[in-house]
This record gives sequence, structure tokens and C-alpha cells, in this order.
Amino acid sequence: MRKLRGLAPQLTLLPSLILVAVTVYGFIAVTMVLSLTKSRMLPRFDRWEGFDNYARVWNHPRWEVAMENFAIFGVLYIGGTLIIGLLLAIFLDQKIRAEGALRTIYLYPMALSFIVTGVAWQWIMTPDLGLERAFQIWGWDSFEFDWITQSEMAIYCVVIAGVWQASGFVMALFLAALRGINPEILAAAKMDGASGPSMYWHVIVPALRPAFLTAIVVQGHLAIKSYDLVVALTGGGPGFSTELPSTFMYEFTFSRNEMAVGASSAVMMLVLVMILIVPYLYSELRDGDR
Amino acid sequence: MTVRSTCAVAALSVALGGATGVSAEDVEVLHWWTSGGEAAAVSVLKEDLEGKGTGWVDMAVAGGGGDAAMTTLRARVTAGDPPTAAQMLGMNVREWADEGYLGNLNEIAAAEGWDEVVPPAVQAFGKYEGNWVAAPVNMHRPHWVWGSAKIFDELGLEMPTNWDEFFAAADAIEAAGYTAVAQGGQAWQEATIWEAIVLSIDPDLYQSALIEADPEALGSDQMVEAFEIYRKVLGYADDGYAGRDWNLTTALVINGEAGMQIMGDWAKGEVVAAGLTPGEEILCSVVPGTQGSFLFNTDFFAMFDVGEDKQAAQQNMAQSVMSVSFQETFNLTKGSIPARTDVPQGNFDACAQKSMADLAEATAADQLYGSLAHGHGQPASIQGAYLDVVTAFANSDQSAADAAAALVASVAAAQ
Repeated sequence: MRKLRGLAPQLTLLPSLILVAVTVYGFIAVTMVLSLTKSRMLPRFDRWEGFDNYARVWNHPRWEVAMENFAIFGVLYIGGTLIIGLLLAIFLDQKIRAEGALRTIYLYPMALSFIVTGVAWQWIMTPDLGLERAFQIWGWDSFEFDWITQSEMAIYCVVIAGVWQASGFVMALFLAALRGINPEILAAAKMDGASGPSMYWHVIVPALRPAFLTAIVVQGHLAIKSYDLVVALTGGGPGFSTELPSTFMYEFTFSRNEMAVGASSAVMMLVLVMILIVPYLYSELRDGDR
Repeated sequence: MTVRSTCAVAALSVALGGATGVSAEDVEVLHWWTSGGEAAAVSVLKEDLEGKGTGWVDMAVAGGGGDAAMTTLRARVTAGDPPTAAQMLGMNVREWADEGYLGNLNEIAAAEGWDEVVPPAVQAFGKYEGNWVAAPVNMHRPHWVWGSAKIFDELGLEMPTNWDEFFAAADAIEAAGYTAVAQGGQAWQEATIWEAIVLSIDPDLYQSALIEADPEALGSDQMVEAFEIYRKVLGYADDGYAGRDWNLTTALVINGEAGMQIMGDWAKGEVVAAGLTPGEEILCSVVPGTQGSFLFNTDFFAMFDVGEDKQAAQQNMAQSVMSVSFQETFNLTKGSIPARTDVPQGNFDACAQKSMADLAEATAADQLYGSLAHGHGQPASIQGAYLDVVTAFANSDQSAADAAAALVASVAAAQ
């Protein structure tokens, strides 16, 4: 009985361990194997293609567009949410009135699903429906905002909607971190003559390093797996100019009966996530050793 | 018939319940006909079957023009539990038959004489290696021009029969302050217009470039010409073009904001829902230069290879789908024409009657082709390669010659 009690923690964890092992790591393994087969409409493990599927992914014009867009979206989305989130957090940290209400307002977009954000911003940015039309009705006849209809600019519309959605979340992260800074450090810095901007720049922002890391990793993997926002906002268009790795993966796996090619692109997405996560894990674990 | 009912009863008493709780006398049907009119038409089939003692287990998966339904189907089949029947487009039927999952309908097809009443080009998709595997429900024709009678009357225009007339009419409509050619910026809508233009240049070009994927035809001067005409048509679109759904685009014509739309005959569903009559308030004619040829896409009920206990119900369903009464009722609501040629034409609107007459003519002249944009030209992977090039062309200022060259490369890479 006592022995059993000793095993209780392991036994409690076991079901979730098995679930994670099968549904996460098991299926990652299946996808990797699938990417080496000749699977078309249905998964088949009896005909092998080898790494040619990866070559097909990298040679495909749509994947080229997807990688380019991923770079633009990733950098601007992560950068944009970090800067806006940090600024909002700093402003909110000035002991202002109604902080609670403002914080909720900024955080609120996070409560929406990307689909809702996408549809709403699609309406806002469609020229004959949203902003452009509104400004023209109000008398600014030359006002133009038709990025969503232009192949070269549409990806920036996705960035705008994404940044709007996620900035509040990053703000909350930074705000919590700001509140967690040891007041004695601030007092000491003040005594050393730091004030206003230099206080933020030299003392507070560096102290937020863990929050930065968390924000980058969270936003980074959101950027890589971002799918619903693009689908709702542009449907991948105009043409396939707002293709992202995830829309490529879905299109090839489920619409084009090229399951093996789709699986290869999914593995490439995993590699992208690893590139982001592994340094983070490494730095976290190293910090833990200290 | 009595023999079959006895079979059904016998099957019923032997096997009770399958893996999904579907009993042997039921058919489980996967489809994506969920909009008002379509759902009503499906319930006609359901009632017909219930009259024969065959229950209906509905597996409607809405959305994505069937993508979502196909994903569900894959999951079911991979799990070893296929439905009795699934709605599919022609090329999909072929791909599922290739994988060896479809059953055999030869017995009922022979008894009901399908070979005599179904056009050969449709048979080519409904049969696999000479055996019937799927029952065709309808024939859609994707190369129609829909015109606003209000605008055409106001400007004293006639529906165009060649591209010169088309562009003259478009100029006049645009000069009067309307959108000339309403278009929706989605790959399949763009390809619908583009394939009709290819057909208008030369049916042989359509056959060699789109059905046979011959690289020489894909890169030919005629193909460049097709892209040039398409570039010109694109110039008559309005600002709301990007990403717009087809039905919203049709609404522009219905509301008298746009003069014309090039779209398949499913657009009639929107016209009828708006309380208008196709052929009167909304004019119809085939895309300029395509009179005499007929592109089609057909919805099939593909019949899966189910256990013997379920086959009686499956045969019942195939018989009902192919019955003259269902083909008439269903197609009256769907906007398409029946997949069998002996259905009375009287109840159909003027546009559908024209379609039926054209079908007979095109069948006789061997000018019936599967629509590439709608899953009757190439397998999904290669179809995607065509659509990539067309949509990239439509959404950039690429030259016609570059587009033709890109088409050759894209199709070659997908094979």
C-alpha cells in the first residue's frame, strides 16, 4: 500500500505522458515517415520516394512565396508586437487613472479568435467597404488604402491585423514583468542619477530580458503556425501572394492530394519552430544551472 | 424490384448494426449540399429511399467547396469505415477508384439502362475500367455569361456572341458608369473564365492543353492569345475584385450594379433566390466563341465497396439517384441539367433548356469536354499547377507570353 502511494505521482502523470507521447511525438514521427513516401490522396507506407518530396517543396514557387512572406510576417509581427506592447506597458505603468479599464481594453483583442480578427480587418481594409470608402465619404476624396487588393502589399495587411490582435498580450507580459522589478534597484538607479528615458533604457528594459524571451518565443511560434488569420483575412490571396507555410501545408495535403509533399512542408515548419525554441530552451536550462 | 426489397429485408435480418451504428438497410451518405435549395433537393432523395424501406443517415459536411467533406471522407476510409456513398467530382471518382475503394454498380446499371441515357463523356468518369462505380446526379456548365437585362435594355445592347462584341458591350456598360464584368478574385473563379477563353479560341487547344497537358499546346501562340484576352477581361473588373466570393459577384449583376459575369450555371440559384427568372431579368448566353462546345462538371455519388449486407441498400440508392423523377426535381433546384438525357425539359427555365439542346448538339459532334477548373480535367495535384499560374497572372501584371511559359513549367513540375 505504501509502495503504491509512493508510485502515486508517477501513476497520475502516466495517462497524460502517454497521451502526449502518442498524439504529439508519435504523430510527429508519423509525419516524418509520411514525408518520405509516395502518398498522394491517402497515407501509404508501402511506396517510398525518399527526400525528393523536400526538393519539390523547396522548388515550388508557392513555397518560395510562403518563405518570403514568413520572413516579412515573422519579423514585423514579432517586432511590432514587442515595440507596441512594451510602449503600452510603460505608459500604463505611470500610475495613471483607470489603469484597470485601459489594460482590459488593450488585452481584449486577444480574447477574439484569429478568424474574427481576420474577417473584421478584411472588412476594414477592403477598399469599397471599409476605411477607404469611409474617408472618401467624409470628403477626403484622394484617400487610398487598397493594400489588401495588391499582391505585393497584402502581406502587410496580415501583419497589421496580427499586431493589433497580439500587442495587448505582449503588453500584459511586460506589465507583469515591470511590476516584478525589485523597487530597491529602481531606488538605487535613481540615487545614481538615472531618470526618465535613461532609467527605462539602461535599467528597466534590460531587467525585462526574461519577458522579452518569453514574448519572442510565444509570438514566434504563433507566427510560424499562423493559419486562420490569413485564411479569414485574404484567403491566401490575391492569387497566392499571402501564402504562409501553414496554408501551403494545408493546400497540398488536403486539397491537392499531395500528402507526402504536404508532410514534407510540415516537417520544414517543425524545423523552423526548433530553430526558435532550441536556443531558448538552451538559455533557460543554462540559467537553471547557475 | 421485389427481389431487391426481399434482399434488403433478408440483409436486415442477418446483420444488425455496423461499426457506426448504421444498420444494413440504411445508406450513409457524405455530401456538402447544405444550402437551402440543395438541402431540399437532398431530402427528396431521402424520402424516395424511405419509401423503398431504405433509411438515410446524413453525413453533411459544409464548406470549402467540398474540401472539408473530402478531408472527412479520407479520415473515415483510412479508419476502415467508409460511408455507403459520397458526393464527388469526376476526377475524384477516378482517384478513389484508383485506390481500389469503390464498389461495382454494373448490375443495377445494366438493369436500368444507364449506358443508353448517360452522355459518354460523363460515363467516362462514372465508370472505372469499364465498370460503373458512381452515379451521376447532374451536369453543370461553367462557361456562361450572365447579363443584367436592365443594363442591356437601357443601353440597347445584345448578349455578345464573339469577343469583339463582348468588349464593345463592356466598353458601353463601363461608359454608362456600371462595372462591366463582375469578377471574383479566387483561383477557381479566375480559372473558370480562363478555361472558357481557351475553349473559345479552339476546342482542340482545350483538349490538347488542358485535358492532355501537352507542353507544346501549353506554350503555344494560341495559349498566349488566350492569356491576352483574359488580361483584357480582367481590365473590366471593379475594385472589390480581390477575394470576392462568386455569389457576391453574381449579386452585383442581380442588383444591376454590374453588366455581366462569367460563371457556371449554379449562378442561377442566386438569381432564383432573388425572385428573378433566368432568361428574363438575368440574360444568359454561352461565353463568346464557345457555342457548339460544352464544358461540364458533374456531381457523382461514388459508391464505396461496402459489405454484402449493405449492398442492397446501396443499389436502392443508386437506382433512386438515377431515376428520372429525382434527376428532374434535384436539377430544377440546383440550376444544373440532368445527367441523363431523357428527362422531360418542360419544367426547366430557358437557360437550362438551351443547355440541354447544346448538350445534345455537342454530344453528337463530340465536343463535350470536362471542366479543368471544376475537377474534370486533371487530377487535383496537376489542376492546382494550372490554377497557380492563372491566379498569379490575374493578380499581377505578368505578360501573356510569360504566363504561357510559366504554365509549361508549372504543369511539368507537378507531373
